[in-house]
Amino acid sequence: MAALLSYGFLQRALAAGLFIGAVCALLGVFLVLKKDAMLGHGLSHITFAAVALALALNVLPLAVALLVAVAAAMGLSWLRTRAGLHGDTAIGIFSSAGLALGVFLASLTRVNSTALLHYLFGEILAIEPVEVWLAAGLALLVGLVVLSSYRSLLYLTFDAESARASGIKTRRLDTLLTVLAAVTVVLGTKVVGILLVSAMMVIPAAAGLQIARSFKQALGLSVLASLLSVTAGILAAFLFDWPASATIVLVAFLWFGLSLAWKQSRRG
Amino acid sequence: MPKSKPSSLVSLQGVSFAYGRQLVLDSVSLEIQPGDFLAMLGPNGSGKTTLLKIILHLLEADQGRVLIQGCPVDAFRDWGQIGYVPQKAGQVDPYFPASVAETVSMAVRRPANGRRRRGAFERQEVDRALRLVGLEGMTHRLIGRLSGGQQQRVFIARALVNRPSLLLLDEPTTGVDAETQEHFYDMLAGFNRQEGITIVLVTHDIGVVDKHVSRVACLNQRLTYHGSHKEFCRSEAFREMISGGRHLVSHRH
Repeated sequence: MAALLSYGFLQRALAAGLFIGAVCALLGVFLVLKKDAMLGHGLSHITFAAVALALALNVLPLAVALLVAVAAAMGLSWLRTRAGLHGDTAIGIFSSAGLALGVFLASLTRVNSTALLHYLFGEILAIEPVEVWLAAGLALLVGLVVLSSYRSLLYLTFDAESARASGIKTRRLDTLLTVLAAVTVVLGTKVVGILLVSAMMVIPAAAGLQIARSFKQALGLSVLASLLSVTAGILAAFLFDWPASATIVLVAFLWFGLSLAWKQSRRG
Repeated sequence: MPKSKPSSLVSLQGVSFAYGRQLVLDSVSLEIQPGDFLAMLGPNGSGKTTLLKIILHLLEADQGRVLIQGCPVDAFRDWGQIGYVPQKAGQVDPYFPASVAETVSMAVRRPANGRRRRGAFERQEVDRALRLVGLEGMTHRLIGRLSGGQQQRVFIARALVNRPSLLLLDEPTTGVDAETQEHFYDMLAGFNRQEGITIVLVTHDIGVVDKHVSRVACLNQRLTYHGSHKEFCRSEAFREMISGGRHLVSHRH
């Protein structure tokens, strides 16, 4: 193991993967319980369109994707709170439009399909040092937001109307959560790819929620499931030459299956 | 902050509200005084819940003024002074992973003076609120696994955790059996008498008027009665309610 970890690219892959994995799980618990589990899916499709646009214009894909995803997240929040669209309808609209725009741009401008494939399926073993720092910064930011607004986030997730009646700025908090999810999706594309990043926002959270006996436990167990999935996925991918992003998601799915089985056995 | 009529805890002055073209509240004026235990009665769709939501600033009145402790509701900031119990008993997601203590503590607010409360003090306040509703032994139970009546007690504890001066309850006994309802009303009457908490209870249950409340407001788009419970029992509004000869307004809220 020590020999394995002496590889610089593997260290970077693990560091970025663990930071992004922790953030996905933390945000995922709030999103899943708010019945917003498909938010990551919608935002990832918008990221696909942004990456296709950036590749066509030959500019930095991550920078363009960040701008577009954050703008889309704010638009999504506006549609849901001010225009009265139901949450999943707004996500469905953005998701389909994002995917269609991505395919349209990729086809029309004949972008480099290899480069696009790297974003679609992730390229965790080619993580750059700056991407590790970006992931660390995001993890710190999300950690601080969750710590400082823990009660308000919990109240918003449990009962948004009562939270608003107690004076919490629920719209502002909801938009913040959506924007953080957008940034996470963009930075997570290098780790697990556009197609699978939303899985890391849903599956570890769903695994933790099966066995948690309190909200704090749910956060802790979801983060643990995510970190174990990332570590096992990256190491297995390296050792057996498996695709890293798919292996990470499949390990997370395994944790979910085990936690579901454990819950059912306790009931029975 | 502009103040007016400081003797009223809540002052509604000519409040009107419509969902689209459907008028729900028509020029309602109502004063809620400190120490009141007010039952807000009315048929389905009469605007009771809408009025509660306007007091809580969850909805904005189309016309009229709403003052809380003399302050316009849109400028009011001390929401810890107001406890709200929604109509949620039995509707909690059974798999939501929040313990009873976490459900109560999520409402703990920083006081208006801005000082941060310490963790130990918060735990103490959560324990106190749970003791008030008789759930002190259930701190670690999951909220979704409790009965409807127990969940409602947890929501009341959550509403009481900031030591509010006003408690607003929206049909809190819906889906709760008769015996539990009786205990529930006794408990509210205790909060009103012993803790001095002003209570506004939105209910269909006309029986509650006889034993527990001090004031009654009858709503059916307009305020058709507001006065003491003794006068209410002799009023036309009471006879109309008993005989069922009332105009029902149909709308969604």
